[in-house]
Amino acid sequence: MRLQAQGVQLAYDQRVVAQDLTLTIPDGKVSVLIGPNGSGKSTALRALARLLPPAKGSVILDGKSIQDTPTKEVARLLAILPQVLVAPESISVEDLVWFGRHPHRTSLKTPSTADKEAVEWAMQVTSTAELRHQHVDQLSGGQRQRVWIALCLAQGTDLILLDEPTTYLDVAYQLEVLDLLHQLNQEQGKTVAMVLHDFNMAAEYADHVFVMKSGELVTQGTPEDVFTCDIIRDVFGVESKVVPHPVSGKPMCIPLRAGLRAQLSVATG
Amino acid sequence: MTSTAIVAQRVRSTTLAQRHPRLLMGSLGVLAVLLSFYSLSVGATDVSMADVLKAIVGDTTDQAAQIVVQFQLPRVLLAWLVGIALAISGGVMQGVIRNPLAAPDVVGVTKGAGFAGMLLLLAIPGIPVAAVVPAAFVGGLVAAALVYLLAYRRGATPIRIALVGIAVSAAFEAGIRFLLVRNPLDVSAALIWLTGSLFGRSMSSVLEILPWVAVLVPLIIVWARKLDVLGLGDDLAAGLGEPVERTRRTLLLFAVALAAAAVAVSGTIGFIGLIAPHMARRVFGGRHLALLPAAGLFGVLLMLFADMLGRGIAPPLEIPAGLITAVVGGPYFLYLLVKTGR
Repeated sequence: MRLQAQGVQLAYDQRVVAQDLTLTIPDGKVSVLIGPNGSGKSTALRALARLLPPAKGSVILDGKSIQDTPTKEVARLLAILPQVLVAPESISVEDLVWFGRHPHRTSLKTPSTADKEAVEWAMQVTSTAELRHQHVDQLSGGQRQRVWIALCLAQGTDLILLDEPTTYLDVAYQLEVLDLLHQLNQEQGKTVAMVLHDFNMAAEYADHVFVMKSGELVTQGTPEDVFTCDIIRDVFGVESKVVPHPVSGKPMCIPLRAGLRAQLSVATG
Repeated sequence: MTSTAIVAQRVRSTTLAQRHPRLLMGSLGVLAVLLSFYSLSVGATDVSMADVLKAIVGDTTDQAAQIVVQFQLPRVLLAWLVGIALAISGGVMQGVIRNPLAAPDVVGVTKGAGFAGMLLLLAIPGIPVAAVVPAAFVGGLVAAALVYLLAYRRGATPIRIALVGIAVSAAFEAGIRFLLVRNPLDVSAALIWLTGSLFGRSMSSVLEILPWVAVLVPLIIVWARKLDVLGLGDDLAAGLGEPVERTRRTLLLFAVALAAAAVAVSGTIGFIGLIAPHMARRVFGGRHLALLPAAGLFGVLLMLFADMLGRGIAPPLEIPAGLITAVVGGPYFLYLLVKTGR
């Protein structure tokens, strides 16, 4: 396994977010970190991407401590898409995707053929090539997110981490983005690890789910393993009914409002 | 959306300069050179363009040509170097702090450098101005650090940096005035140095600032793409393999050093470092590889204009260039402040 956190303590200044976290990102799969607000899922992802140095323990990438590996070298092995993204003013799609080649370039050299090919390929697989001359601020939410993903792909890494890539997007755009990530995993063999808010989206797209609460890993496994009424109650504090998705057969959690909760407890007695 | 609407939108958001950057950059350069030639002939004494040309080709036999070489040429060269130093310093600061209000004078560097330089000049009378540059650098650095510390409260917002910067600058300004009042007999050299003018500068001033500009500006321009990457936000920049803190600190040091060198030779000339990068961004867009050289050229143009106006409005009286830039720059700064505050 290429990327893992071993007994890491994560803290912002003095505030400890996670005490002792150990998790391993399965290679070649789509993993999702899920949990309520403040559960430390984004913090864990930032640590895995070496953006937050752990106070204790270490994050291991390809057998080496990620903090001891030069950051530029890490950038050629692992791409991270943060949650908050700011595109420079009036920049074209193509120019933005070019930033993905930053870890491969030195200051004075002109771009190599490999650079050009990587950028072209990244735009092709994300279907953003036809938008190349458009300005990023004119795109729809889904298109824009695809461009950011293209930037990560241009980095040419097998590992891609994403922090809530679907937040603030309409449902159609959420599907657009998640379908793309699924396709990248299936067709290009990319390892995808991301933080998601919506457990039904997680169940639908994840091969492996990490469930977090208050900085701890509560459980992990396939969506079928982890999405049970008990775990949902335990972690999110809501009563729900878990039913198979009518088409995909994946677990679906349906939260219950107060009135329905009473009915459910009568029915199950 | 119809295709014409798309085209119309695209035209609106791509500036002319973004489509023909070399052409426009070249024109700016030519304009600056032409203006420099004209500037050589403006001043207290009437010098014709013919005299200027004669002096340039090395014929300094008559008096007019000597005036050009001795008095006018240094100040035109200084206008270039100081304009470039201030404008690129401001362009770097705006990019690194991601703050449209950032500039050497806004973050206190100019007045801090002025105060420190003045202190040195008064402490050791007769010290060569070359020694002032390091002192100005330290003063500028201290002032910038002070502004940052005072403005920092879980991050430093643009407005807070600007307001604290004004306060800290005012404090250093007060310090400068205090020194002037306390040492009325020694101030003449310091005062000439401080007025924010190119008046009375000789070739030695040119040689003092030249190495700083010649070394730091190319270094910064080589790092232009790093500045672009920093603009993507700390997390993404770090994810792309940029050692964010180290790069930011190095670039800020370069920017402070450039501004301090400018202050050391020309005193406190305000607002060039704020306005020139804004003009460049308007015309050339936000990519630093184009923005920084363009800012430098705009800085040169602004300096030449300010200096010529100062000389030309009421000769033989000299109005300091720093006063002219303040008159133009002050209102623009207020406009930015209001716009950013919304």
